[in-house]
Amino acid sequence: MTANSEGKFGDYGGQYVPEVLMPAIEELEEAYDEYLSDDDFLDDLNAKLRDYGGRPTPLYHAPELSERVGSKVYLKREDLLHGGAHKLNNALGQALLAKRMGKDRIIAETGAGQHGTATAMAAAALGIDCEIYMGAKDIERQKPNVFRMRLMGAEVNPVETGTGTLKDAINETLRDWATNVEDTHYVIGSIVGPHPFPAMVRDFQSVIGREIRQQSVEKEGRLPDSVVACAGGGSNTMGAFYDFIDDEEVDLYAVEAGGSSLEVNEERAPNSASLNIGEEGVLHGARTKILEDEDGQILESHSLSAGLDYSGVGPELAYLVDSGRVEPRTADDDEALEAFHLVSETEGIIPALESSHAVALLEKEDLGDFVVVNLSGRGDKDLDTVMEKSGVEV
Amino acid sequence: MIEFPDEPALIPYFTAGDPSVESVPEIIEALEDGGADVIEVGLPFSEPVADGPTIQEAIARALENGMTPDVFFEKVSEAEVEVPLVVMTYYNIIFHRGVEEFVEDCAEVGIEGIIVPDLPVEESDELYEACRKNDVDLIFIIAPTTDDERIEGIMERVSGFVYVQARLGTTGAREDVSGTTYDVLERLEGYDVPKAVGFGVSKEEHARSIIEGGADGVVAGSVFVETAAENEEYAEAVEEKTRELKRGAVSGEER
Repeated sequence: MTANSEGKFGDYGGQYVPEVLMPAIEELEEAYDEYLSDDDFLDDLNAKLRDYGGRPTPLYHAPELSERVGSKVYLKREDLLHGGAHKLNNALGQALLAKRMGKDRIIAETGAGQHGTATAMAAAALGIDCEIYMGAKDIERQKPNVFRMRLMGAEVNPVETGTGTLKDAINETLRDWATNVEDTHYVIGSIVGPHPFPAMVRDFQSVIGREIRQQSVEKEGRLPDSVVACAGGGSNTMGAFYDFIDDEEVDLYAVEAGGSSLEVNEERAPNSASLNIGEEGVLHGARTKILEDEDGQILESHSLSAGLDYSGVGPELAYLVDSGRVEPRTADDDEALEAFHLVSETEGIIPALESSHAVALLEKEDLGDFVVVNLSGRGDKDLDTVMEKSGVEV
Repeated sequence: MIEFPDEPALIPYFTAGDPSVESVPEIIEALEDGGADVIEVGLPFSEPVADGPTIQEAIARALENGMTPDVFFEKVSEAEVEVPLVVMTYYNIIFHRGVEEFVEDCAEVGIEGIIVPDLPVEESDELYEACRKNDVDLIFIIAPTTDDERIEGIMERVSGFVYVQARLGTTGAREDVSGTTYDVLERLEGYDVPKAVGFGVSKEEHARSIIEGGADGVVAGSVFVETAAENEEYAEAVEEKTRELKRGAVSGEER
């Protein structure tokens, strides 16, 4: 579904932002509508995705995983995209759009650092100034990405408020945008935020699903029985799913971080499973499913993967779960860690901890004879976390 | 509904629950004693994206102190004042309680207006209807970036007063009044709604120059939050600060 003229997916979505940002959002909406059907813009973007980004990414038949699960398992190798995650698809698209709009500065939030890295890359490649906001806790657990961003010329600003994770980084980036809105574009990294971001980011990411579709037909002569992706905000999820929404025979599974427990108390949520156990509310510019307490205060989420550690989720995904098209699932920290080791050992591919949640579903559920798992990113950035969790010293 | 005074108005803001839950009625009364014409009481939300560091920290302290919407309504109802009270909060708090119920609760404790910094006019249908039904004003913010077409749309719904944001960015005390303020005020001249200017106001001179620039009122927030947080005798300190800014506002008209 495409958002309606008010930017809504059912009741979800919308534009809940300070008035100071509304004109910029209207301007973005116009620019986006214009360039979506502008062949020059699309040719430019596609050429950059191909020659700079390395698209198309392979659809890889994982023999050992397949054997273990007893069905044909394919991995969509977004980990092979330049930068090591699917994030570049969107960052390049938005940076290019910002440039066409005459904005000479871009800002972004980042959780695991993958979106920040992708934005820093796109900015360097296109010659735009770039500042990244990242939670202090995430900076601590994702140091390689922080250094990568700085190497590419981006300024990385630590965010100390809240618990110093993605949610707090988004707050701070919105504040920067409200201050510098006249010359700055905010490159939101997921299908969250006010309209048109959820629809726009999904469109930039939908290349993933288009390739899965084409490659599935090439390799197996048919569409997969199911497509599985991890969901934090949900950009790799919607990217992988979007082309299959009308194909009812393809099951779509969004796997959220079950964290350490699916229990929620008033103090905190030990998980990031807003699609599974969230309530309808308004966070970061959109009405969607969120983790909140009995008063409507946002709960701090938890996941061992920084990229899934978010108290909300994209409004379109929330809508697709309510309408029954997308099945929400969870994998907890331990299951994700197990999957991380499994893919590393059996396939020689070190997956991001985010993607490991999606892989974990293979062992938990019968997903049909032909399964595609979107491997949204590579796990090099997570080695410190895994070493610490596993009590390994090198 | 808010009755706006004929003289230049001072509209102080403070965060309910800081420095303590018990301080709410005391601070409201001190603000009135100091000469406040309308009082904005902040109901804390955990993700205050429109606020700068001072109010963010006050909100964090207030939540830590146990401020909740239930406690908020209870404590506000304890204040014995004549001046109109306005609540400032973010939309999720209202949405979660139920829009209708939230507005009814406001009306019941004597809150006459609502300001929601993350609710643009486009998303305001439900709250607008509930406010009309309960005779509560819905106050909108106009920013330096707001163009004439958007102003038109906002003015169709606003009542009580319109809150003119003096500068880009978030709330927080500044050293000077932004030049963009006067430009926005000029563009609002034809509209018959009181105009109150805020964002960055902390001194008597700010208040004076805002009124001189054509505003009907001055909103000040962070400076009151700081005053309440930094003084053990917070009620006296808040009252004194109110007197100072009110003096500035009134002198802006005389000049």
